[in-house]
Amino acid sequence: MTSAAPTAISSQAAANRLLLRRQRAERRFQLYGILAISAAVGFLIVFLANIVSRGYMGFVQTEVQLTVNFDEELIEAGSYRKILRTSLAERFPDAGSSRAERRALTGMVSAGTVFVLRETIAADPAIVGTVQDVWVLASDPVDQFYKGRIDAALPEGERPISDASLARIAALEEAGRIALRFNRSFFSRGDSRNPEEAGILGAIVGSALALLVTLAVSFPVGVMTAVYLEAFAPRNRITRLIEININNLAAVPSIVFGLLGLAVFLNVFGLPRSAPVSGGLVLSLMTLPTIIISSRAAIRAVPPSFAEAAIGLGASRVQAIFHHVLPVAAPGTLTGAIIGMAQALGETAPLLMMGMVAFVAEVPGGFTDPSTVLPAQVYLWADSPERGFAEKTAAAIIVLLGFLLVMNGLAVYLRRKFEKQW
Amino acid sequence: MVTASVPSNPQSKLVAREVSVFYGEKQAVFDVDLDILPREVTAFIGPSGCGKSTLLRCFNRMNDLIENCQTMGSMLLDGNDIAGPDVDVVQLRSRIGMVFQKPNPFPKSVYDNVAYGPRLHGLAPSRSDLDELVETSLRRAGIWDEVKDRVDEPGTSLSGGQQQRLCIARAIAVRPDVLLMDEPCSALDPIATATIEELIDELRSEYTIIIVTHNMQQAARVSQRTAFLNLGRLIEFDETPKIFTNPSEQSTQDYITGRFG
Repeated sequence: MTSAAPTAISSQAAANRLLLRRQRAERRFQLYGILAISAAVGFLIVFLANIVSRGYMGFVQTEVQLTVNFDEELIEAGSYRKILRTSLAERFPDAGSSRAERRALTGMVSAGTVFVLRETIAADPAIVGTVQDVWVLASDPVDQFYKGRIDAALPEGERPISDASLARIAALEEAGRIALRFNRSFFSRGDSRNPEEAGILGAIVGSALALLVTLAVSFPVGVMTAVYLEAFAPRNRITRLIEININNLAAVPSIVFGLLGLAVFLNVFGLPRSAPVSGGLVLSLMTLPTIIISSRAAIRAVPPSFAEAAIGLGASRVQAIFHHVLPVAAPGTLTGAIIGMAQALGETAPLLMMGMVAFVAEVPGGFTDPSTVLPAQVYLWADSPERGFAEKTAAAIIVLLGFLLVMNGLAVYLRRKFEKQW
Repeated sequence: MVTASVPSNPQSKLVAREVSVFYGEKQAVFDVDLDILPREVTAFIGPSGCGKSTLLRCFNRMNDLIENCQTMGSMLLDGNDIAGPDVDVVQLRSRIGMVFQKPNPFPKSVYDNVAYGPRLHGLAPSRSDLDELVETSLRRAGIWDEVKDRVDEPGTSLSGGQQQRLCIARAIAVRPDVLLMDEPCSALDPIATATIEELIDELRSEYTIIIVTHNMQQAARVSQRTAFLNLGRLIEFDETPKIFTNPSEQSTQDYITGRFG
């Protein structure tokens, strides 16, 4: 007894030490976790704040109000440029009539103003012969200055806007004829060489058309593949080989799919270059493994008792799968499809090979029209030297992120809606 | 074909002759000869892994679903072959219903659970026929009074015992001749078990029932005939009172007195 007591005490102390050490380790581990999450959240906040602070200006545009005399003779002669020049000269009578002065004056407004005037007349022929106040887009230097991106304190030679222009902007401001307005044309136009005229609609439509093709091809093929592999395929060497290859496909660099698409879809099948149909097909190749893998996981997660019960009642295998397994697996399948679509939406590399990373000014009207996609538009604008494109780039990124957010929200919503308890 | 060595009773609902089942190389059931009489409850008892569930699943060909599972021998339902490769198993399974170990209602409404089979086989041409069939099936399964006000609620919201009776209602809604029950009470509490046992006794008047059970008291309570299987062989098959009071085989005696299993 006397010899056993100290051993009991020392082992008690050892147990306490062990306990303390374990508790310390657990607290330390929690701390690491919290640190990791805060770092991730911090990066995300910095990233979003940066994008939004650069991008929100992309959604507004400086506009100038001109008093335009829609002179019938000039319109009949087709001299819309003359109409614009006259109206500018009337607004700024101080400007000389030399060629350089005149060019500086027209340089105040967007180069596309002439076409805007023509479209305005085409839309409403009644204004011919009247004098109207019209808001037109300011040119990029004026826009950038008005948004505070150009420092007026710099010497004249180091900034893209002249002293005379600065004085005119001040005069316009005094008259209340210059303002930041919501940039509707950003959402209603295609790309342009002039940043103030560049819009994102072309890229949005291009992305939507390409994704429609992707969805139409990869969803049915992917789900059917998953159903067959999970429920019908015999377990043998060939199916195992196919399974391994599908899993490996998910890890293939996306540019390789682009090369494959170039070789097969463009060169063998002769599909149109730069078109959503060929881009969508390449993206569907890329999305297929994602959809197959997630659908298989969803089908495998359905308790086999459902299919068994149906078969016990005299349902055929196909009926059991379609009546009972697929509906229960639907949320997982849909989530996989939407995640795959979101991936495809953000993909640029394979489309590089398909010629979809290209300057396309027209908004595509169909699956075979030349078009670009959202991430490619971001890349193109980020590559442009004009200052105005910097904020367009950020604005396009916001639009892209917005679409991704909507798609992921849709995935969550569908999962909640179709999820069933058993 | 039925071998001459074991003559079959012409009244038999189901006949099994020299039935062997293999899982790949492994043999699970060895040369079983069995006659199941109509409107009786036949119990299969035996220790775990003795092949009683496997044998049960031969009758509605559920073993076909298991890859590399092979069944040999001959089986007849009302004198017609049901083991051959030409048999339409879907047709067969509408005549031989099955109730599983774990209650497995579909994640659909109580109504749709029961209506699934009749819809599948086109048993109820009109909506009112279907309503009637669903009601009679639920009544016959002794669950109508409990669910009549909530037939639109999911079947999975019922209690375990109710779910199992719902599964029985679902099985009898296709108007089978035979009901196979694979340990139908093993996932239920004693009260729910007693309800199901009473139900089995009532259903006996219309259906031929085969029940696999681990619970020997249950076999003694509900069945008229009992088959004792061990290590894949049919050891003894006789009237239930005889099996439980005066078995002819020593191993049957050992099993029912709890010496093994």
